[in-house]
Amino acid sequence: MPEQDLSTIWVYLSTTPLVGLTATLIAYGMAYRLYIYANSHPLLNPVFIAITLLIGFLLLTGTPYEKYFEGGQFIHFLLGPATVALAVPLYQQFHKVKKLWLPILVALVCGVTLAAMSAVAIAGFLGASLQTQLSMAPKSVTAPVAMGISEQIGGLPSLTAVLVVATGIIGAVIGTHIFSIMKIKDDSIKGIAMGVTAHGIGTARAFQVSKEMGAFSGLAMALATFTTAFILPWLLELAGLI
Amino acid sequence: MKFINGITILLVYQLIGEISVRYMQLPIPGPVLGMILLFLSLMFTKKVNTSLDTATTTLLSHFSLLFVPAGVGIMVHFERIENEWLPISVALLLSTLLTLICTAAIMWLVNCVFSKSGEGNA
Repeated sequence: MPEQDLSTIWVYLSTTPLVGLTATLIAYGMAYRLYIYANSHPLLNPVFIAITLLIGFLLLTGTPYEKYFEGGQFIHFLLGPATVALAVPLYQQFHKVKKLWLPILVALVCGVTLAAMSAVAIAGFLGASLQTQLSMAPKSVTAPVAMGISEQIGGLPSLTAVLVVATGIIGAVIGTHIFSIMKIKDDSIKGIAMGVTAHGIGTARAFQVSKEMGAFSGLAMALATFTTAFILPWLLELAGLI
Repeated sequence: MKFINGITILLVYQLIGEISVRYMQLPIPGPVLGMILLFLSLMFTKKVNTSLDTATTTLLSHFSLLFVPAGVGIMVHFERIENEWLPISVALLLSTLLTLICTAAIMWLVNCVFSKSGEGNA
């Protein structure tokens, strides 16, 4: 095939969302297969691998992020209905939550406060700009909500999205190790800590450990999302940052 | 058809959430209100129909895929991250570690105290 034809085809393709969307699915599919092949080794987190593959692809083809996102947005959009869908596991596990309501409530409020304020404090101490600190504050809640909160408190929503994903990956990678060092065997405790810290990415990891840990992680993610949306603006005001 | 019906329910709740949040100027994101409203509806009807169950299971089983496009956005922030890589990476790592440990420890502790008065184990 003559080279000119190929480049005209690329010019056409780069104007459609098709490439961005397909590349995302292929990258995730490859990353997920690699992860399963490596017996779900936490270091080979599929989100991390997929993002790395995609960035490599975009840099090689010289595609700017905005162009990629025209396709990626179709997947990104589903975060909204997926957040709404969290009501279902929350409802299905509600009888367990009722029994453990006090430990969950205390752990939740402490966890949410710590997740936000420790990041803000450490980043501030090490000289991060205020905008970076504020973008970091909602890092432990699921992406669409974190971006909404970030916008509201004066952070950069797109930076927040990146920090949210990074937090989720870190939590998913180190979480199970930490729990085994702490000798915690109770799936409800592991799930709650994972969900409060590492939202959906942590929950995906929790479901691989056990169904119960996954359910509690999903529950904690839903509750943390809701709690953070309410108390974070107030906490930051209290700390004199906004 | 089940998936279509299920995702329609989710989108309707999200839409109601987004509209109400804007209309009443509530300080929470639309999907969160949608989630609360759906939860309250489920408490009321006491039943998850199969369409909703299908759509929910499908969406949540590959929840982490949905974060990929946002994560690729790190490209746009290479410069900021280059300038502030130390505070950003240390804060993310330490804060994640701290939150995991403390949340688990606090829940374990309260669980111990709490279950002494009732049954159950820690």
